[in-house]
Amino acid sequence: MTLAHDKPTETQPEVPEGHVRLTIDGQEVIAPKGELLIRTAERLGTIIPRFCDHPLLDPAGACRQCLVEVSMGGRPMPKPQASCTMTVADGMEVKTQLTSPVADKAQKGVMELLLINHPLDCPICDKGGECPLQNQAMAHGRADSRFVDRKRTFPKPLRISSQILLDRERCVLCQRCTRFSQQIAGDPFIDLLERGAQQQIGTSETADLEAAASTTPSGEPFQSYFSGNTIQICPVGALTSAQYRFRSRPFDLVSTPSVCEHCSSGCAERTDFRRGRIMRKLAGDDPDVNEEWICDKGRFAFRYATAPDRIRKPLVRGEDGQLRESSWTEAMQVAADALVKARDGKGIGVLTGGRLTVEDAYAYQKFARVAARTNDIDFRARAHSAEELRFLASSVVGTTPEHVSFSTLEKAPIVLCVAFEPEDEAPIVFLRLRKASRKGTRVAYVGQWTTSSVRKTSGELLACAPGAEAAALDGIPEHAKDLHEALSAEGAVILVGERAAEVPGLFSAVQRLADGTGARVAWIPRRAGERGALDAGAVPTLLPGGAPVTDAQARAALEQLWRLPEGTLPAEPGRDTAGILAAAAAGELDALVVGGVDPDDLPDPQAARAALDTVGFVVSLEMRPSAVTERADVVLPIAPTAEKAGTFRNWEGRDRPFDVTLQNTGALPDCRVLDTLAVEMDVDLFTQTPKAAWADFDRAAGAVPRTVEAFQAEPAAAQEESTNGHVKLSTWRQLIDNGSLQVEEPHLAGTARPAVIRLNAATAERHGVVAGELATVRTERGALTLPAEIADLPDGVVWVPSRSPVGVYEALGVGHGGAVQLSAGSGETGGAA
Amino acid sequence: MADTASKTDPLTPVLTKRWLSPDSWRLSTYEQLEGYTAIRKALRMTPEALVELVKEAGLRGRGGAGFPAGVKWSFMPPNEDKPHYLVINADEGEPGTCKDVPLMMADPHSLIEGCIIASYAMRAHHCFIYVRGEVLHCIRRLNNAVREAYAAGYLGRNILDSGFDLDITVHAGAGAYICGEETALLDSLEGRRGQPRLKPPFPAAAGLYAKPTTVNNVETIATVPYIVNGGADWFRQMGTEKSPGPKIYSISGHVERPGQYEAPLGTTLRQLLEMAGGMKDGIPLKFWTPGGSSTPMFTAEHLDVPLDFEGAAEAGSMLGTTAVMVFNETVSVPWAVMKWAKFYEHESCGKCTPCREGTYWLSQVLERLVEGRGTEEDIDTMLDVCDNILGRSFCALGDGAVSPIQSGIKYFRDEFLALCESNKRELVGASA
Repeated sequence: MTLAHDKPTETQPEVPEGHVRLTIDGQEVIAPKGELLIRTAERLGTIIPRFCDHPLLDPAGACRQCLVEVSMGGRPMPKPQASCTMTVADGMEVKTQLTSPVADKAQKGVMELLLINHPLDCPICDKGGECPLQNQAMAHGRADSRFVDRKRTFPKPLRISSQILLDRERCVLCQRCTRFSQQIAGDPFIDLLERGAQQQIGTSETADLEAAASTTPSGEPFQSYFSGNTIQICPVGALTSAQYRFRSRPFDLVSTPSVCEHCSSGCAERTDFRRGRIMRKLAGDDPDVNEEWICDKGRFAFRYATAPDRIRKPLVRGEDGQLRESSWTEAMQVAADALVKARDGKGIGVLTGGRLTVEDAYAYQKFARVAARTNDIDFRARAHSAEELRFLASSVVGTTPEHVSFSTLEKAPIVLCVAFEPEDEAPIVFLRLRKASRKGTRVAYVGQWTTSSVRKTSGELLACAPGAEAAALDGIPEHAKDLHEALSAEGAVILVGERAAEVPGLFSAVQRLADGTGARVAWIPRRAGERGALDAGAVPTLLPGGAPVTDAQARAALEQLWRLPEGTLPAEPGRDTAGILAAAAAGELDALVVGGVDPDDLPDPQAARAALDTVGFVVSLEMRPSAVTERADVVLPIAPTAEKAGTFRNWEGRDRPFDVTLQNTGALPDCRVLDTLAVEMDVDLFTQTPKAAWADFDRAAGAVPRTVEAFQAEPAAAQEESTNGHVKLSTWRQLIDNGSLQVEEPHLAGTARPAVIRLNAATAERHGVVAGELATVRTERGALTLPAEIADLPDGVVWVPSRSPVGVYEALGVGHGGAVQLSAGSGETGGAA
Repeated sequence: MADTASKTDPLTPVLTKRWLSPDSWRLSTYEQLEGYTAIRKALRMTPEALVELVKEAGLRGRGGAGFPAGVKWSFMPPNEDKPHYLVINADEGEPGTCKDVPLMMADPHSLIEGCIIASYAMRAHHCFIYVRGEVLHCIRRLNNAVREAYAAGYLGRNILDSGFDLDITVHAGAGAYICGEETALLDSLEGRRGQPRLKPPFPAAAGLYAKPTTVNNVETIATVPYIVNGGADWFRQMGTEKSPGPKIYSISGHVERPGQYEAPLGTTLRQLLEMAGGMKDGIPLKFWTPGGSSTPMFTAEHLDVPLDFEGAAEAGSMLGTTAVMVFNETVSVPWAVMKWAKFYEHESCGKCTPCREGTYWLSQVLERLVEGRGTEEDIDTMLDVCDNILGRSFCALGDGAVSPIQSGIKYFRDEFLALCESNKRELVGASA
């Protein structure tokens, strides 16, 4: 911005269109129309104290801390004005506390008033040392208090959710938390209660009974995926987390910038640790990605790395069939011997899971292609399809934020979410969609019911039966002409979630719709590592950078880069996850190398476990015991995110590099372990460090020419009719469930949404299911019993959460779109016993 | 002013003229006493002409601030692409104020007729009357009057064949002083927590349900039919140049005959006391409020201050709601001020720091003072705290809260000092 000119009388800087000229403390400044005085002053380096003001929340003007003197056209306004609510105007003269005794006294006066009821418990308050009230009271307050009367007190603390505690007497009632919950998250479960000095933040559960009838909006507890942000924006120590409360002092913490390892949004975070232990995570400030928010999973789910059962030494299965701790050299030797034998035998399959950094994924695929000499590698530890892989190869690999980004979503006239539940699968995408919708973006969903995402983005739902999404999309041009027209507008976006892989023909339908409207398509996977693994080539059909493995020219380029003899890289596309497991089960593979895969995430967990049991040799790279380590011959411990460096590539295709938070813990990243393992197999991967791996990846992606084949949409498949007596199953994972990275965090688990079976009233009645009572879905494989809840699903459809707490694939053997039988009660009479 | 003073009968019953008639609240009585004649005239006029008429008459808001009603009406957008709303502020809560409730009790149809005319002038087709929840009897009577008006065709579709439609909804508040603040009233009317809104946007741009809205006081709107019938010149015969018209003065306290006295704006307390039969039992006047407890108090020195918007302001107070509370010499000023301070502490909505914390602090200090546990220092602290609240709070509640304290100490500092006398601390060795 243009700042004051030294001699403004001689050369007046031009005021650009849409800007105004004003003076602040005698200094001339040009500011964009609509800018708040407090920000203009900030650009000049004048920090006006404030509490309620937050740049991402609507102005409130409640705390009155930021009062300044304002004159308009030479006429002083009679009262000091709140600089957090007043916008700049041409010819305005503003005097802050620096030049105006009136403003200075007003600010000191408000500060004194804020402190009269504030307890002097800074020495035991979590916020002490990083507290805006403490800091600003030091800078702008009186040294002593004239208040000698009774302070207002409250019983403390109040548990407003399992994760959030409220000390009401510390609260300065700035309403940041309530405004965040209402405006940003859309979860208005906390609100102001009572009035005057008794005014307080509360929920329906904390309100007095007699007040509850009239003062609480929802009658529900503070259940939000974003509640942790209220702690971070609280300008005092009123909101604290059960996880961090009384654990540490800010000045004892070491802070490092980091990146969230949970979903594909790639949020900037700050990780604070003390004496080698992570104490808390905070949202980082990244306007392009997460702004200043993160979800509760990103904030609180990090204690998996300090779980007591963490594997810290290699394990080798002895002759007694038991795993025993071994040295790295022994474990590497055993693994390498077996893998070399397997490679020279029927072959090795590599399964990597979706949580790897780009560097680690690159190392896995290089291990597969160079050390194991196979294309049998797949990162998709979930339901997947060949159609999906073709779509990813043609439309996703290599895209950057210039294609579709968070800000594209914010500016889009319309966003259509297909088989994608943003609040559960990519919470920060949800927040951006909500922000967009509040500014006029139309958000539409092809799904099963009016979920909280739909409601909170003022979305419109195109409800269809699970599995019928493709047909629903194909029907848009004819049956939803206005939607089709809207999608044809410049900037329209279609978002596709991972569930699309479970619906045959859906990617084709998405492509048809995109071709027909010109809308841009972005794929938003659920896990942090999926997009990076795709681009790194951890798939059976693509090389790093996205060239097909069948492309001889690309292979040749890579062979040259990797200094391999010509023709060494396997030319045939490999098997996908299901194919690898089937081959292993059928004895067509001799060994599996598995990193971070939970069989319960796979469409057929039983078959996956059987494959692991059957296959001759299993090397597991893991952090904690799992169904894979139970069956592994060699277990190699690897580092959690905080103990390694790396890069997540988020769904936009934006690289999110991060450095080691906890140094020298002795834990090794996957790429280092694989490099050493390959060396034992007499192969060099050059992925000793994440840095080396990245450099190698960067060269490979740059060197290999990529020919993009257009996605060949499959013709629309005929919709099979629901078989008699069955209902269709719709399912996806809730954000907070029994995922392995959420262990050791009971407070977070307490904010999980309750697991229920959702169905519409008619379906419930037909099957004798009563709302609030147990209902059971069943297949030949097994049954799943949960309380029933009525929602606006299509007739003959039920929804259950995929892993809250029971794995749907494990219990039923079917997933989204599967046919199940529905009955009331726990289903015991069904003869299962 | 000389003109009003020379009138033989200082009373000008306009709004109150029907109040003593038998069954004055009934439609039949109202119609017999020239009720619903003004709307026949008004509905033949253009909305613009009506706004102009009210401007010409110089009608100023009777809710306390005295903003010219016609000017306020003219802020409403001329087009009707969004629904317009008229909201009547009948949340009469200012201590001492008791004019709107008697008006609605005695003559509800005059308000309804005013609502019809004002709605027509502002192109509103839905009018809400927000009545404070405690006055149940009044709410019932108002509801009944609205029903009568619907039945008689004064409300509903195509009123008197004019093509104009209007619905009136009577809404009961839940008992919060802050809901008399117009934006808090709108939030409350929308079903939210009653706390003042940030302005801009002003209600005329985005008021009730974010639609163009005008909020007017009961007395203001009830005056409108008389202006339509009598004309601007007739109206301007009463009152002063800048504050024309009659006004209901609510006289309470130590007078012989407390009650509602309708007199031209600019009437003095001396005249009002004459009408009310003088001070009760002849005990001399000590202090009084010109317009409720939020207006700085006056003393016997101010007996001849003309009670119009300008006169009251010139003498250092405000006209407010013309709730004249009269206190004789038996009343302790610190005690009265403490009671008022406790009222504001109880009614502060809590939204902004100065009002929420300041009223909490001030009422504690005053309580302590009255109990004889105060010090001279407390008085200065109070004045400084008042200074930190006045003009610093979000809405005018904070300003009102400090008025009695500041004016009380200004005129009766000795009384406050006397309470502190016993607590003068003599420090051991302080003389050294």
